[in-house]
Amino acid sequence: MRKVAIFVFFLLFSSIFVFPPDKAFAQEETEMPASPTKVEASDTPNDNGHSITVKWKLSADDGAGKNNVVVYEVLRSDSPEGEFELRGMVPAGESVFEDQGAKDRQSPNYLPSHKKFYYTVRAKGDGIYSDSEVSAPGYAYGQWFHTGKFPVFVAVLAFSAFALIFISLARKGKKLYVRPLAGIEAVDEAIGRATEMGKPILYIIGLGSADMIATIASFTILSRVAKKTAEYQTPILIPCYDAVVMAVAQETVKAAYLEAGRPDIYKEENVFFLTSMQFAYVAGVNGIMLRERPATNFYLGKFYAESLILAETGSVAGSIQISGTDEIAQIPFFVAATDYTLIGEELYAASAYLGREPVLLGTLKGQDWGKAVVIISLILGAIAASLHFQFFLDLFRVQL
Amino acid sequence: MHPSPDIGIWIGALLTLGIFSFLYGDNPYYKFCEALFVGVSAGHWFVTLFWTVFVAKMIRNVEIGLNTFITQGFSAGMADYVHWSYIFGGILGFLMLLRLFPKIGWISRWSLAFVVGTTSGLFFINYLVSNGLRQVEKSILSLGAEFWFGNLILVVGTFCGLIYFFFSKEHKGAFGGLARVGIWFLMITFGATFGYTVMSRMSLLIGRMDYLLGNWLGLIG
Repeated sequence: MRKVAIFVFFLLFSSIFVFPPDKAFAQEETEMPASPTKVEASDTPNDNGHSITVKWKLSADDGAGKNNVVVYEVLRSDSPEGEFELRGMVPAGESVFEDQGAKDRQSPNYLPSHKKFYYTVRAKGDGIYSDSEVSAPGYAYGQWFHTGKFPVFVAVLAFSAFALIFISLARKGKKLYVRPLAGIEAVDEAIGRATEMGKPILYIIGLGSADMIATIASFTILSRVAKKTAEYQTPILIPCYDAVVMAVAQETVKAAYLEAGRPDIYKEENVFFLTSMQFAYVAGVNGIMLRERPATNFYLGKFYAESLILAETGSVAGSIQISGTDEIAQIPFFVAATDYTLIGEELYAASAYLGREPVLLGTLKGQDWGKAVVIISLILGAIAASLHFQFFLDLFRVQL
Repeated sequence: MHPSPDIGIWIGALLTLGIFSFLYGDNPYYKFCEALFVGVSAGHWFVTLFWTVFVAKMIRNVEIGLNTFITQGFSAGMADYVHWSYIFGGILGFLMLLRLFPKIGWISRWSLAFVVGTTSGLFFINYLVSNGLRQVEKSILSLGAEFWFGNLILVVGTFCGLIYFFFSKEHKGAFGGLARVGIWFLMITFGATFGYTVMSRMSLLIGRMDYLLGNWLGLIG
């Protein structure tokens, strides 16, 4: 009996060391992190509403004290006593959360503007948490001006001012000089060659949609080329990749023929839709090149991987080729495989050079002055950056 | 050699060879493949646009917008502009169809004017930010830093490149010299781009060869 009593005593005594439940319970109580404080909810600036930014002061146990905060959970309710729903989480050390909602009313994530919401922030440790007090109400609303885009506003104003001044000067009859561009100087010669050979001209606007700047520049050049072809009575073929581009091209060519006094020889079927699949389009255009054998090919607009295939086929067909695109990766192929290439911005300049219209010339001059400002900024910027004057860099920083 | 028993792979291989036959010159085989490719792709494009744009975007959103008007009233319906405003796209699209009627075909120009004018206005800002301000910001580099030589090359290259694209002055004298340096920078860049792109085209060719020799004939892989 004595031995049994000693054994039971030993067992109970050793269990204190093997199973310390009371100690664990005591630790849990002491390991609850301190709650975050000063929770504030306010509209997220520079947006169209539907977003609230929540800020708080970090828990005393985040990075200090018990150092046991793992994550902060942000919860939202439309009343201070209401049921709070989880909106998102940020890791320990961060004290800002953007509650980005949807603007679509049908969306489950819809966050209406001008509606008050209450927030609480939960500091969470290893399975234990503590909640902050409920914040004062905050609501989202849209802004008319995005202050982070102020440099864009200034640039637009400056560029517009330059353009308007030069357009006004051009309209008053002041001669505005634009340096000759080899590719454009060759346009008349190329059209003349086609007329002499009795062969058509092939004009490719590229794969861009009607809203792209390169495509718009191409329309302006097309207008000039079509007018010349109308005067010389040389057919012009324009296979299109995009239905809207085709419609604009038809209108452009029609207007050019009318301006040249030859609406009778305009053929709408010469400006036609081919397909909107890149390499099927290339196959179709290649076929046209080898069957029609155009004397001159124009590739002006937005081009992608098809540029070299088109230019090489045109070269095999023995056509004079004039190309131009603002797609940097494709310019090398045009440089290598065509007779004349308009590099990047030369494509935009070409439309002004050919048209000689005050609006286009004034805009081109405005761009040049914009470039002059950029050149000066580069030099001053390099000096400022070398002397560690950060403010100069900030002038060009745009927040999106 | 273990040719594939799959009829689809045979059709793909024969059409690939048909397009490759263009290297020999224009021929009836190529003409057939070209016509098939163009026709099928145009039809596929139409069906895809019909279901992904006309039905999935316009019809679906207008339907939701109308439903809001009916079930939640006028003010809630008006506030749900995210959906019903798609109807304007539909109207512009309908106006484009008027081109089919010569007497009133001119109305389609309104749609064209809207598309070209609005989007080029929007692009203007994007262009100014991405090709203007962002480029300037990234080109302002310290010449006293650790990588001063690389930075100097970048600043000089950008400076001379801009001089080349200055159209208001003839490229003569010192100005012409700077423009010539600019075109050298451009040509070196184009050379590097050329090589890089050719490599990616080679990988496309390898893909086709793999299809012909592996998937079709079973000679490799």
